[in-house]
Amino acid sequence: MAQALESDPEVEMILGMGTREPTVPLERAEFVRADQTYSILSRIVRATQVDTIVHTFLVVDSTRVPGRALHEINVIGTMNLLAAAGQSGSPVRQVVVKSSTLVYGSASTDPTWFREEMGRTSPARTRVERSLIEVEGFVRDFAEDNPATVVTVLRFANVLGTDIVTPISTNLSHSLCPQVAGYDPLVQFVEEDDVVRCLEHVTRHRVPGLYNVAGEGRVPWSEVAEICGTRLLPLPPVGTRAFAAPLVRAGLIEFPPELENLLRYGRGVDTSRLARSGFTTRYTSLGAVESFIRAVRLRRSIGKTPPSYTYEQDIEQFFRHSSAVVNTPIDS
Amino acid sequence: MSVGEETSPRLQRAALVPLPRADEPTFAGTRLSDVDEWGRSEHMRELVRRMYAPIYKHWFRVEWEGLEKIPRAGGALLVANHAAAIPSDAPVIMHGIEEELGRPLYGLADFFFRTIPWVGTTWSRVGGVPAHPDNALRILRDQGQLALVFPEGTKGPSKTYADRYRLRRFGRGGFVEIAMRAGVPVIPIAVVGAEESMPILMRLPNLAKALGVPYVPVTANMLLFGPLGLALYFPSKFKLRVLDPVTFDVPPGQERYSKSRIMEEAENIRMALQETLYDMLRERRSVWFG
Repeated sequence: MAQALESDPEVEMILGMGTREPTVPLERAEFVRADQTYSILSRIVRATQVDTIVHTFLVVDSTRVPGRALHEINVIGTMNLLAAAGQSGSPVRQVVVKSSTLVYGSASTDPTWFREEMGRTSPARTRVERSLIEVEGFVRDFAEDNPATVVTVLRFANVLGTDIVTPISTNLSHSLCPQVAGYDPLVQFVEEDDVVRCLEHVTRHRVPGLYNVAGEGRVPWSEVAEICGTRLLPLPPVGTRAFAAPLVRAGLIEFPPELENLLRYGRGVDTSRLARSGFTTRYTSLGAVESFIRAVRLRRSIGKTPPSYTYEQDIEQFFRHSSAVVNTPIDS
Repeated sequence: MSVGEETSPRLQRAALVPLPRADEPTFAGTRLSDVDEWGRSEHMRELVRRMYAPIYKHWFRVEWEGLEKIPRAGGALLVANHAAAIPSDAPVIMHGIEEELGRPLYGLADFFFRTIPWVGTTWSRVGGVPAHPDNALRILRDQGQLALVFPEGTKGPSKTYADRYRLRRFGRGGFVEIAMRAGVPVIPIAVVGAEESMPILMRLPNLAKALGVPYVPVTANMLLFGPLGLALYFPSKFKLRVLDPVTFDVPPGQERYSKSRIMEEAENIRMALQETLYDMLRERRSVWFG
């Protein structure tokens, strides 16, 4: 995202914030290390007079962090972020929040395509879904209280791509991939490049509102597995979780609670509102699956690609601020 | 998270990651199956049609009347009476329309189907769609396809043999509202023969509750053939009559329609269907030979 914004001469300054250091070289973006809840953000906003905050740190994968931390990051982190953006005399003019289609859940009573204004049809039971719903509530309140600020919420479908690691990508890259026996749901994906492009689109054009973001079309889970060359491991439709638990412990599969119903009923979101705002994804759902598996095949042959870049505070400082560095303008 | 500020250009640098332009290629991928967005597969549908053809022709000996009233193009909502413990009318209507008119028909049915492993997936592959108002609207209005719905819901097939050919309540008239919103006609179809193909002698409500299913029937087929009776229909003669299409004089695309108008239209359709059924039964000499 920061790399994408750097190429735009209109953007004067980019400031990254995270708990881990960046893993890609950044030309002019600055980076600040923060704790998970962003308690420092209100000071940064005051000090730097930023006008746009892009919030991409919401956790949508419960296997990454324990439940307590998930609450801290998603709910408390967003509260701090919105508090910083909404403080009196705040320079912030736009807030972009990266949410997930997990807020719709996945149930037998769902429509084939969810539009943004439709609610979920079953109560949210998993931690991730509950926290995301809570977060979106805060954002709605924030938008109401700050009518002058452009507020954008993007609900992304399951992301697949060359680099991102999610329970679904892990399962698909193994030789065995879980399936709930007797179900073959239609699933939808968005490619990680499209995620960045979409964040950039709404940031650059200051597009307000709530949008679903997903690749075109829906693909049966069995077909996804076939494309990825993995064999389906049927879990019993009754007692699915209990049966999956030992396999998860053995590291054979990943099976977070939010995956269980997805593998029964799938999920589809309507992206026509986003298309009307002038954005279309370059990858279809199927295209995202292929892009993902091509990267996996490459990694299988050449091994894990080493991190191409290590962030070194001193070296960065040197390159940015030392008078010894010659800034050569490059013709574009 | 990144925080940016926009003012005049300060630095002119080459991009590290060139941004994709709109004219760059898109990645659609190659499909390995023909399952569409509704979960329907024409390949599977074709297979089932071929398997079902002898049953349609020689077992139920289906006869249609008024098929020309169903449009060859554009959306229309077909409604029919619903009967038999495991409804035999839905496959007959779907097979008939697709064979005779050569256009696909989507069968809208209760969400309950989806929850049953294997059954739900198969049902979806052969043209079943969960009866969500938004799904119906997309099929009828946006895609201009035919959809079939049984307004009685499970109350139709769960009725005992003593109540045969007596139409149950037509839900809350949701099908009328959808047709109004989509701006398509409702075409009622009267089915005679389904009731006798798998008649219910009694129901086991306590077992149904324990299993979490709408009803558990004891059918005549089960008594005669044992467990085989779950799959074996009696060879009753099927006759179907298509009624005149009903159009509504309301603007389509409305968020809400008058409830009294909806209930009135639904009741009119129900009455017309009921009258036609009685008419057809008056003409019927034999359950088995028509």
